[in-house]
Amino acid sequence: MSEPAQQTQRPYRPEISRLWWLRRRSYVFFVLRELSSIFVAWSVVFLLLLVRALAQGEAQFRAFLDWAAGPWVVALDVLTLAFLVLHAVTWFNLTPAATVVKLRGRRVPPRAIAGGAYAAWVAVTALVVVLVVTR
Amino acid sequence: MADTITLEVARYRPDRETEPTVEAFEVPLRRDWAVLDGLNHVKDNLDGSLSYRWSCRMGICGSCGMTVNGEPRLTCATFLVDYAPGPVRVEPLANFPVIRDLVVDIGDFMRKLPEVSPWIVRGEGTSVEEGEYLQTPEQLADYSQFSMCINCMLCYSACPVYGLDPEFVGPAAIALAQRYNLDSRDEGADVRMDLLIHPEGIWGCTFVGECTRACPKGVDPAGAIQRYKLTAALQSLKSFVLPRGPR
Ligand code: SF4
Ligand code: FES
Repeated sequence: MSEPAQQTQRPYRPEISRLWWLRRRSYVFFVLRELSSIFVAWSVVFLLLLVRALAQGEAQFRAFLDWAAGPWVVALDVLTLAFLVLHAVTWFNLTPAATVVKLRGRRVPPRAIAGGAYAAWVAVTALVVVLVVTR
Repeated sequence: MADTITLEVARYRPDRETEPTVEAFEVPLRRDWAVLDGLNHVKDNLDGSLSYRWSCRMGICGSCGMTVNGEPRLTCATFLVDYAPGPVRVEPLANFPVIRDLVVDIGDFMRKLPEVSPWIVRGEGTSVEEGEYLQTPEQLADYSQFSMCINCMLCYSACPVYGLDPEFVGPAAIALAQRYNLDSRDEGADVRMDLLIHPEGIWGCTFVGECTRACPKGVDPAGAIQRYKLTAALQSLKSFVLPRGPR
């Protein structure tokens, strides 16, 4: 028997274009959500700066407020808020996928779990608003 | 309804071409024909050299996965009429090296699968005399969804993380690990956790969610991975708080 002919094994590996994430809406959202972590980090830094200014006394705090009212900082903070909301919403939508809650042997429907997370969010936000308004 | 439809089929013949080309074939458009029937028509009547995989024709064997009009699909469960008037573009599964025409190299997945011990792991095991491992219908329900996987790899094809980083263990393998973790008869969760608690394991997943949308069997691999992450996080927390405690 003759040797089998040498097989031409040259698998083709397509290159991934840099813009692969524009192909699909869910990919775009995924990239935006990854990006949102930078803004989450910025919001933490901003908060820490605020607390530090507060600890340094009234004059420092006023200076901080003036700086924070500058157009660039406001613009950055508006963008940050938008990304924070995206981050929070996608996070809450994820909760039912990660948590399986059983009540009397039945699985709690995913919508109820996400709904609970949103309800808690609204409640905490309301509490903060009340604290700020009625202080 | 027109009586034919055009299939635009990706061809790659490594002995002749350095990259894939597209060849169009006119095939009968019949109400009961799946994309796979169209490909079989091409192979039987128009060009016998067309290469692709298939076996069961009923969504069970998981071998006929291809990219149909940009989406990962089982070609035996994807009907031509749904794409009328056409054309229908048929390409190999994305994220895998192409061997020939519509045949991809699945070696990477076949290597990863056994790494997660997708079988029931028992510490001691019991003797035959002691009888079977019993399970209630509720215990079965805990994992039965994840046991529906047919290893079709559509989820790998849909996953951008796997596309960018082939070291990622990937959706189906992790979902299968969960299938056994959640099985009341299994004792291998710790072994699997050690294997999957690294950046190429569960933490490689960034929850794009496309795997769950692509899955033809409703396995929800994305959900399985998120649950796994929660378990892993709680476990690390526990070992941090109680360093000497049992796992
Ligand atoms: S999880 Fe679904 S898409 Fe992935 S291999 Fe299994 S059956 Fe196919
Ligand atoms: S041929 Fe078996 S799943 Fe399609």
